[in-house]
Amino acid sequence: MYTSGKYSSRGPALIPRMKTKHRIYYITLFSVVLLGLIATGMFQFWPHSIESTADWTLDKRSVHDAPLIRLPVSSPIPERGDLSCRMHTCFDVYRCGYNPKNRIKVYIYPLQRFVDELGVPISSTGLSREYNDLLSAISDSDFYTDDVTRACLFIPSIDVLNQNSLRIRETAQALAMLPRWDKGMNHLLFNMLPGGPPDYNTALDVPRDRALLAGGGFSTWTYRQGYDVSIPVYSPLSADVDLPERQPGPRRYFILSSQTAIHREYRAELERLKEENGEALLLLDKCSNLSQGAASARKRCYKGQVYDYPQILQESSFCVVLRGARLGQAALSDVLQAGCVPVILADSYILPFSEVLDWKRASVVIPEEKLSEMYTILKSIPHRQVEEMQRQARWFWEAYFSSMKAIGLTTLQIINDRIYPYAARTYEQWNNPPVVKWSSVNSPLFLPLIPPRAPGFTAVVLTYDRVESLFRVITEISKVPSLAKLLVVWNNQNKSPPEGEKKFKCPECTAIDGLSLDQTHMVERSECINKFASVFGTMPLKVVEHRADPVLYKDDFPEKLKSFPNIGSL
Amino acid sequence: MQAKKRYLILFSTGACLILLFCLGGIQVPLSRRGPGRPHDRRLSGYGPGARWRHLSGYLQPFSSWEQDRSDDLTEHISPRQKRDANSGLYTGKRCRMESCFDFSLCERNGFKVYVYPQQKGEKLSESYQNILSSIEGSRFYTSDPGQACLFVLSLDTLDRDQLSPQYVHNLKAKIQNLPLWNGGKNHIIFNLYSGTWPDYTEDLGFDIGLAMLAKASISTENFRPDFDVSIPLFSKDHPRTGGEKGYLKYNTIPPYRKYMLVFKGKRYLTGIGSDTRNALYHIHNSEDVVLLTTCKHGKDWQKHKDARCDKDNAEYDKYDYREMLYNSTFCLVPRGRRLGSFRFLEALQAACVPVMLSNGWELPFSEIIDWNRAAVIGDERLLLQIPSTVRSIHQDKILSLRQQTQLLWEAYFNSVEKIVLTTLEIIQDRVLLHTSRSNLMWNSLPGGLFTLPQYSTSLRDFPFYYAKLGIKPPSKFTAIIHVVTPLVSQSQPVMKLLVAVAKSQYCAQVIVLWNCEKPLPAKHRWPATSVPVTVIEGESKVISSRFLPYNTIPTDAVFSLDEDTVLSTTEVDFAFTVWQSFPDRIVGYPARSHFWDSNKERWGYTSKWTNDYSMVLTGAAIYHKYYHYLYTTYLPASLKIMVDQMSNCEDILMNFLVSLVTKLPPIKVTQKKQYKETMMGQSSRASRWADPDHFAQRQTCMNKFANWFGTMPLIHSQMRLDPVLFKDQVSILRKKYRDIERL
Repeated sequence: MYTSGKYSSRGPALIPRMKTKHRIYYITLFSVVLLGLIATGMFQFWPHSIESTADWTLDKRSVHDAPLIRLPVSSPIPERGDLSCRMHTCFDVYRCGYNPKNRIKVYIYPLQRFVDELGVPISSTGLSREYNDLLSAISDSDFYTDDVTRACLFIPSIDVLNQNSLRIRETAQALAMLPRWDKGMNHLLFNMLPGGPPDYNTALDVPRDRALLAGGGFSTWTYRQGYDVSIPVYSPLSADVDLPERQPGPRRYFILSSQTAIHREYRAELERLKEENGEALLLLDKCSNLSQGAASARKRCYKGQVYDYPQILQESSFCVVLRGARLGQAALSDVLQAGCVPVILADSYILPFSEVLDWKRASVVIPEEKLSEMYTILKSIPHRQVEEMQRQARWFWEAYFSSMKAIGLTTLQIINDRIYPYAARTYEQWNNPPVVKWSSVNSPLFLPLIPPRAPGFTAVVLTYDRVESLFRVITEISKVPSLAKLLVVWNNQNKSPPEGEKKFKCPECTAIDGLSLDQTHMVERSECINKFASVFGTMPLKVVEHRADPVLYKDDFPEKLKSFPNIGSL
Repeated sequence: MQAKKRYLILFSTGACLILLFCLGGIQVPLSRRGPGRPHDRRLSGYGPGARWRHLSGYLQPFSSWEQDRSDDLTEHISPRQKRDANSGLYTGKRCRMESCFDFSLCERNGFKVYVYPQQKGEKLSESYQNILSSIEGSRFYTSDPGQACLFVLSLDTLDRDQLSPQYVHNLKAKIQNLPLWNGGKNHIIFNLYSGTWPDYTEDLGFDIGLAMLAKASISTENFRPDFDVSIPLFSKDHPRTGGEKGYLKYNTIPPYRKYMLVFKGKRYLTGIGSDTRNALYHIHNSEDVVLLTTCKHGKDWQKHKDARCDKDNAEYDKYDYREMLYNSTFCLVPRGRRLGSFRFLEALQAACVPVMLSNGWELPFSEIIDWNRAAVIGDERLLLQIPSTVRSIHQDKILSLRQQTQLLWEAYFNSVEKIVLTTLEIIQDRVLLHTSRSNLMWNSLPGGLFTLPQYSTSLRDFPFYYAKLGIKPPSKFTAIIHVVTPLVSQSQPVMKLLVAVAKSQYCAQVIVLWNCEKPLPAKHRWPATSVPVTVIEGESKVISSRFLPYNTIPTDAVFSLDEDTVLSTTEVDFAFTVWQSFPDRIVGYPARSHFWDSNKERWGYTSKWTNDYSMVLTGAAIYHKYYHYLYTTYLPASLKIMVDQMSNCEDILMNFLVSLVTKLPPIKVTQKKQYKETMMGQSSRASRWADPDHFAQRQTCMNKFANWFGTMPLIHSQMRLDPVLFKDQVSILRKKYRDIERL
């Protein structure tokens, strides 16, 4: 800027020495330069350019380096959240725009530490490990943008995963202070543990205007279908425990209950089921002799016998996931990881990612009231289906539950699918485990249509230089009434194709006719098949023992009355 | 001149420098100014616009185990009390199945629907009459309110537009007087139109209480998920049963048609919903995007007429709606006064991919239909992007969208009956939660109405999904031999048949269905075979019992046989290997055909040797066990009773059913025509085939069936499947199925 300034100051002094024609020329050029300068200046004072700079600070950052923001008591509080919000009413699509990749851009606010006027933080935990993982995963993904002006979705770095650790009013004030908050429009909050005692609301109690909520534990009454996203409650065991996938099949126990905080009414009900069905059920509880702490989270007991959790989950076909104070339970994640089919008893619960996942293929949902009939209901499920569900459960965990990254990116993909529905991922993409994706056949022409004869067909004849046989084919095929068009592909660069009706005599023809019998030819074709199969990774060809013939083929019946009398004479 | 050059260079360098500044040099001045501006800092927070980075150092987990436990252990309200509280709390606009529906009514008798008797003097519109008769003709119907799980009013609630002549007055009082109303609990109310000019609200003008709504043009705001059902708007001419087929006859590749996107309809100059259609002209290009509107509707259109009206009206008259509909790749479906419009079903039927432009419309049957597979969901706010959006859709996707329109049209929309049955099935799926259809069952062939989850909830147990799941059809079958004559000699055809079938390498089990009046013969009288033979007595000895889904059938494949069928083991083997390639169809030997007898104006049945066939009789045919279940539960009692009384036509009915489901003909294998020893009628036994009335009856059956189905589902085929080397001039030793040739 300064160097250019130097030139511009020297410019005018030189002008008088020139001819008028040139002077005008230079004045024009000069004003262009000046305008450019002004524009540059303007550009810099524009706030977005400040935010859009590339990172240039601190690689090794820690939470304590984040700037401290003091919230005035009178700071505005957002509105509670509108239950009638939908994408077309509360979401600004213009921010997302048309883009050839059909991918939304997501901006993450830089980290700040909010405190009230007395200096007390708004959250007891601050940024949690999980939220940090989530934000990092998003920032490493294709969704991420550091350019706030191009963003379609905004994610605050204020951690609201667990409502218990939040001061509700202050958190809300902090949200409202975000520079692009704008009534929460296009903001996405992640919450896994909503509500608090005694009522345990099923959605985050922090007032949040129009912000979208990715919540773990929505009920049908708080979930805004097509707006909010129902997410799982992340289980910390996902990262700590490595459970190898087990082959689907029968397990030692039929039903297992491993949750430790089950309401006594339900525990009594489960005990009753256990009495009726004996060994098929395993009812675990916390171990009374173990001290509290992380270690006790990994043990379960039944009558003094200690079991490893979550490993024991792999020993059962079905695992009960009952509602607790909240609808969303981290146990669901453990159960899926173990490849155990979850039996979900949580009335009105919106299952995680239910917008895209077909839970009927991976779980059994039973109304709480029917807990006593659980055994009978589960027994009626065919074995084959149980095995399929076991596989599906494990796949759901791997793809959508296993890490904060999986949870976060799935949430963004769901929102992305809503904004670009015509480019949305398909049901098969969401729900088919890789083994099915590989082996299944989804024909692009899946509709059974019996086309009319009228449009006929086009014959495509590939030829090299066997003109004689080409003409023979053409003569024969042009007799067919349904032939609409005949296309000859001349596959010989050295010769030009015969013109019009001219007849050729081709001496080599007879020699080449024996081509298909040639031994090397067969070997080559076998090699082709092997090559193709290895590229495809599988052999897609199927062997059948039947062939199609006309109904009256070879029948002792007047040929005149047959639709296709000449079949077989070729 | 030298000087001029110098200045030129100087200025160019200056300009270049400035340009460089604009593009990339911003951080220099910024870094200098940054710290001095606290306001900016607040705006951008921690480090101006720094990219989010994973933070190092110890962070606490978001929840601790102890805390979770203490949360859950707080003696929260008893679950039972909580449930009871919900039902009092969440009513009206917040109704859900849990809070407003009494599941206990459905427990004893399953999902049964009661229709109130029609009251004298109460006029019903044709559409509503069609809805009621569809329910009454369905398998869900019960005439006993004590058995019912769901109640349907016989008061016409379809048109709640006060200005409409169909509007029923005093509905509120009439409903309150119904003895079974019970506050609307377990009732479903059908509605097509609500509200009136100018705002067209979704108010029905009476209190629906706890009743569910099956409503057209319902908005997401008013739609109670998992409680209401969004139904399509259909006209009074919509057929009751049968229904028209989709217009797609064959696929074209590339899939583009003459027009890319079309629309032809009214434009509302004022009032609700007018904005969308008023803006359409922006993207109309009169070439491949043709969006036409007319102002000419209503009495006083001239009054509100705007500057574009005359031009628009003139353009409007130039195009034929049908021509556009059939020749366009996409069809715009913008909202009208109400959110839904007739355009939607018209486009669907015409295989013109609907481009929805109706923000907030809860699409028909959204609970079960994955509309992204068949339509483009646009946003009214992004109208100007619509052309580029539809142009960006890949050919393959268009091909798939187009086929899906046809699938959905024929599965759920082409008759009032389908719309009503879909509504009921959706509710049934909610009631019988753990036996409900998965998304795949609803959205792939043959559709949810033919995929009954009461048979199985596993996709593997149906004949439709093998390829989709990447699994092979089963490798074994069960033979069911239908026996009606007593056992007198060991050389009886049935004995030979039993031995031949049991010898098949694919046979897992033989079941003899004893439908003979004589008592069961002793066990030792049946020939010894390597596979187990089970003899079961037919239920009340009626012919339909051959299609009961017996639990004793261990395999998915059923080889259905008449007692006098003559088949060799080779033929059995071959038929089964063919079936493995076509597991959803009937594969077998005796082929028959139907034809339209234009003199008598009725369907005819023929067993003559013809060039085509449309039925393969179940006297020697193999098919999936699921069709037994479908035959028994899907078909109405009236047809089954008719079949049983005549002891005839059960095989025709089965062919009707399978073709209705698959939309494909059955498959005849090999040359063999005669499959019974007694065909020629020399038999002394009372074979039903020898009866002269038998044939006439079959004609009658065909017409009765076609009448009930509302359409003729049978499809002709000219193809028969033979073993690959069949009658080829190669050594017989090279042929696998030699016996077939010798016959």
